[in-house]
Amino acid sequence: MKFKLEIWRQFETGEEGHFETFEVDGIDPEASFLEMLDQLNERLTGEKRRTVAFDSDCREGICGSCSLVIDDTPHGPRQVTSCQTYMRDFEDGSTIRVEPFRSTSFPVIRDLVTDRGALDRVIQAGGYTGATTGPQPEPNSMPVAPEVQERAMDAAICIGCGACVAACPNGSAMLFTGAKVTHLNLLPQGQPERANRAIAMVDQMDQEGFGGCTNFGECSRVCPQEISLDVIGMLNREYRRGRLGKRPKDPPAMRAQ
Amino acid sequence: MIPVADFWNSTVGKKTVVAVTGTILVGYLILHMVGNLNSLFGPGGAEPRVDWYSGWLREIAEPLFPYAGVLWLARVILLGSIVIHITGVLQLNSRNRAARPSRYPARRIGRSWESGTMLVSGLLVLAFIIFHILQFTTLSITVTPLEHGAVYFNLYNAFQEWYFVVIYLAALVLVGIHLRHGIWSLVQTLGLDSPARNRGIRYGATALTLVIVIGFALVPVLFWTGVLGAPETEAAIASLAGGTA
Amino acid sequence: MNLPDAKIPPGPIEKKWQTWLDQHRLVGPNNRSDSKVIVIGTGLAGASAAASLAAQGFRVESFCFQDSSRRAHSIAAQGGINAAKDYANEGDSVRRLFHDTMKGGDFRSREANVWRLAELSENIIDQAVAQGVPFNREYGGQLATRSFGGVLVQRTFYSRGQTGQQLLLGAYSALQHQVASGNAVVHDRHEMLDLVLVDGQARGVIVRNLVTGEIERHAADAVILASGGYTNVYYLSTNAMGSNVTAAWRAHRHGALMANPCYTQIHPTCIPQSGEYQSKLTLMSESLRNDGRVWVPRKPGDDRAPTDIPDQERYYYLEERYPAFGNLAPRDIASRAAKVVCDDGLGVGGTGRGVYLDFRDAIAERGHDVIEGRYGNLFEMYENITGDNPYETPMMIYPAPHYAMGGLWVDYELQTTIPGLFAIGEANFSDHGANRLGASALMQTLADGYFIAPHTVAHYLTGDREPVSTSDSAFEQAEDAVESHITRLMDVDGTTAAQVFHREMGNVMLDNCGMARNAEGLERALTEIRAIKRDFWSDLRVDPGRDEFNQSLEYANRVSDFLELGELMCVDALRREESCGGHFREEHQTPDGEALRDDDRFAKVTAWEYRGEQGDPVPHDEPLTFENVKLATRSYK
Repeated sequence: MKFKLEIWRQFETGEEGHFETFEVDGIDPEASFLEMLDQLNERLTGEKRRTVAFDSDCREGICGSCSLVIDDTPHGPRQVTSCQTYMRDFEDGSTIRVEPFRSTSFPVIRDLVTDRGALDRVIQAGGYTGATTGPQPEPNSMPVAPEVQERAMDAAICIGCGACVAACPNGSAMLFTGAKVTHLNLLPQGQPERANRAIAMVDQMDQEGFGGCTNFGECSRVCPQEISLDVIGMLNREYRRGRLGKRPKDPPAMRAQ
Repeated sequence: MIPVADFWNSTVGKKTVVAVTGTILVGYLILHMVGNLNSLFGPGGAEPRVDWYSGWLREIAEPLFPYAGVLWLARVILLGSIVIHITGVLQLNSRNRAARPSRYPARRIGRSWESGTMLVSGLLVLAFIIFHILQFTTLSITVTPLEHGAVYFNLYNAFQEWYFVVIYLAALVLVGIHLRHGIWSLVQTLGLDSPARNRGIRYGATALTLVIVIGFALVPVLFWTGVLGAPETEAAIASLAGGTA
Repeated sequence: MNLPDAKIPPGPIEKKWQTWLDQHRLVGPNNRSDSKVIVIGTGLAGASAAASLAAQGFRVESFCFQDSSRRAHSIAAQGGINAAKDYANEGDSVRRLFHDTMKGGDFRSREANVWRLAELSENIIDQAVAQGVPFNREYGGQLATRSFGGVLVQRTFYSRGQTGQQLLLGAYSALQHQVASGNAVVHDRHEMLDLVLVDGQARGVIVRNLVTGEIERHAADAVILASGGYTNVYYLSTNAMGSNVTAAWRAHRHGALMANPCYTQIHPTCIPQSGEYQSKLTLMSESLRNDGRVWVPRKPGDDRAPTDIPDQERYYYLEERYPAFGNLAPRDIASRAAKVVCDDGLGVGGTGRGVYLDFRDAIAERGHDVIEGRYGNLFEMYENITGDNPYETPMMIYPAPHYAMGGLWVDYELQTTIPGLFAIGEANFSDHGANRLGASALMQTLADGYFIAPHTVAHYLTGDREPVSTSDSAFEQAEDAVESHITRLMDVDGTTAAQVFHREMGNVMLDNCGMARNAEGLERALTEIRAIKRDFWSDLRVDPGRDEFNQSLEYANRVSDFLELGELMCVDALRREESCGGHFREEHQTPDGEALRDDDRFAKVTAWEYRGEQGDPVPHDEPLTFENVKLATRSYK
């Protein structure tokens, strides 16, 4: 197969970028999108030209390194990560536009590589249970109904790629944050920090400069893990409860009578 | 209070406030629409039913509240809600613009066009509300004859003009656009959704929007098509105008 | 140089770890912040060790080459994690898990280490659950288990087909918690390029900031390598693109011995290669063999659609050859069996290198929904990649390089031959002997990271050390060495990308040092790898610009180490004149084609010493003694 590629080139953060056009030929339809870029890079190396920088690691859709916007859609046309997007999904001879994920909170490092450290910092704000290493209770002493486990798992499978942010016209990270809050707040192990978790994570999200949610739903439609908008409803609920509800962690002080 | 300030300053909190004020406004719309339906009783005898209704609104809870007290309280709450709703939305909007360096992707990924035009539809509805108050509350737009307290008379006269009918119907379309996404969105923002209910909420939002829009539209349409006739006597108008103003 | 003592505590095997714990030295809570520990890698082992040490109060600096510490390749582990909890009430026990692991490893691992691993397995599940890992549950809300290859009990805990992801996110979140608490710092997009030794002790690392290209010095009191395995030496493997041997290899060059490098695992159930361009192979979880039946057509070259081939014309070779374990035969055996039937011309698919994994009978017996519940996401993944629907037509699979049992030699305290340098997880030569059983890798990484290294490293930190600063001459020398290696890579200025050499070497390794090996092939491989190495150093091209983001430089640097490792693997495979586990020497097999061990000569670990680029590596042997298992021919029939 043969394609014309318009690829975003940007030397470093803050620099003005531009699209550069490349032609590739002899591409196997079974090659993944990233393998097609590998072939382009191999050729560019032979021509002594600078290769196109892009992030990838596991190449099986789970690590979340992919950060390409293909033809205006984060990850590409099929709602799977770019590494699982195959050239057979494109029309032979077509022009394909490749950009990095864009958000004020994801500065471009080079070409198609972005800095998504903001997502780590949102997790640092509260995306964990406080359990440190050591003896822990026997898990079966705290049964979890399979339906609850399934719902927690539906959120926990987030791969942290940031496609939701890239797709959102507001650059919002609500789906990402909502997924983590949903995962932990549904499980008994997440209860002690429940009230604070949503508050701390939302505050960090705001500080990182992510936008707010206007319920467009585009995040969920590009999410390779098909995480549902329900996690945003859950986040809203948990945040409101945390801020305005009674906080279990602050019982009234007891006084001598 | 600091928690309230923190709440307002976060994106989620602000959006929640927008949703709550939106709920108040939707609630008001429903009441307003039901009240309007009093017009459908027609010119009536001595006093059209809608005129009686308008008077009753002012007398609610008398003498616990002064004359028109509840009405004014409602007006204050509504005005406050509108101001807060719009302030919140504009602040969120500027945050959201800052969060995106460019307007890519050009492609909208399955989002409804109503959701993408909330700001525009909202501002146009705001303009309409101002026009509507000037016309029927302060009676300042005197293109057609207007009398204090003579609601049926005022409506009848206004909706004999095709351009007012068009303006009102157009405004209702905008309200519908705003509500279809808005009602669903406020349920989501308030976190009242659940996976089991979501389909129902989506349909419910559309259904409620249709009820509100059609309910409102009946009044101008029925006046324009002549289903609702002219006020019965000049005297009735005159006496009412004198009696309740 | 002699191999140091493995420091295995005396006493009965059940008591050894407790004995060690009771006697090890402690650092007082107030003094812990005086010590700094560097952890290389943020996979299951690295993240869990970093989080645990930081929670104890040590200062931890953690490094990963990925853009976030959540992306390490542990995340791709699918099937599950073993623990001897006996929730299924089958009479499982620590001893049975110990025994299965020893036997699975073909009796080439250390008894004491394996026992400790089995013993700690239960704590790992408890720890993970406490972190919010959503393991699958039964209807009563109890943890669910399933069975895995090579065992007769259901002791594998799982989170759908994403167990590695969930466990890693648990360890990652624990680490992020410590970052938020100020006890740990994570340096992402930083790659370790050298180890710094002061007075013979590991005292720091040289890393390259992959964004700015800056070479940085970091000093510490101990260094933990949790840098993963080296299976990418085969080019096509189930590992991530970035998985590499560089950190371990640079430590090896400084004197850390490399043990059993030829022990690599070729995983039986992967999606077959479809073209030359391919950059990696995708694993399909071994758990699929719980319900899937493996077969090939009996007639060579049978090109009917698999669904059209009647049962009597299907060769269910695992069930026929290994009736007791059937489709759940251990990985090395299942892989080799697939290779044998394909060598006999029975293979399917375009390349003839594939076998069927068929769910027809399981779907008929248990119903579509049950199968979907168990493997839904794996079926989806398979369909995504191949375009075929496994509910309707059998999957096509073939073995692929997956895991390195070999690695840096460590003693019972997980310390390498360099004082202060620890190796955990897949980076060490570990507890899996010559073959790893399914769902044991997650167990080992987390046992090392949560429960062993935090104590053994703390124990080490009580020893005497001079304060050291990054301006020490040792740091200067190490930095110079790193700079000159980069200069060397950049100065070749040829026309060929590193991936081309990598691919060539991978083919050589897979053909000659893969599922089956023989002396002649290994000798040939050595010659060919040396030729590729020469070409590499005369025609390599990397993008210009060392002080900036430069992925081609990162890659070339990793390949330069793989080229050296590949040689050592062949040398090790040549020396081990027996077949055991994943190491199958064709000269040493039973009449019916099974691995033939030589316990008299090779019941030992071979640890290799580096002797310079021109020198030959020197082997050191650690004899293995077996007091708690009976050395037997491993049979799964």
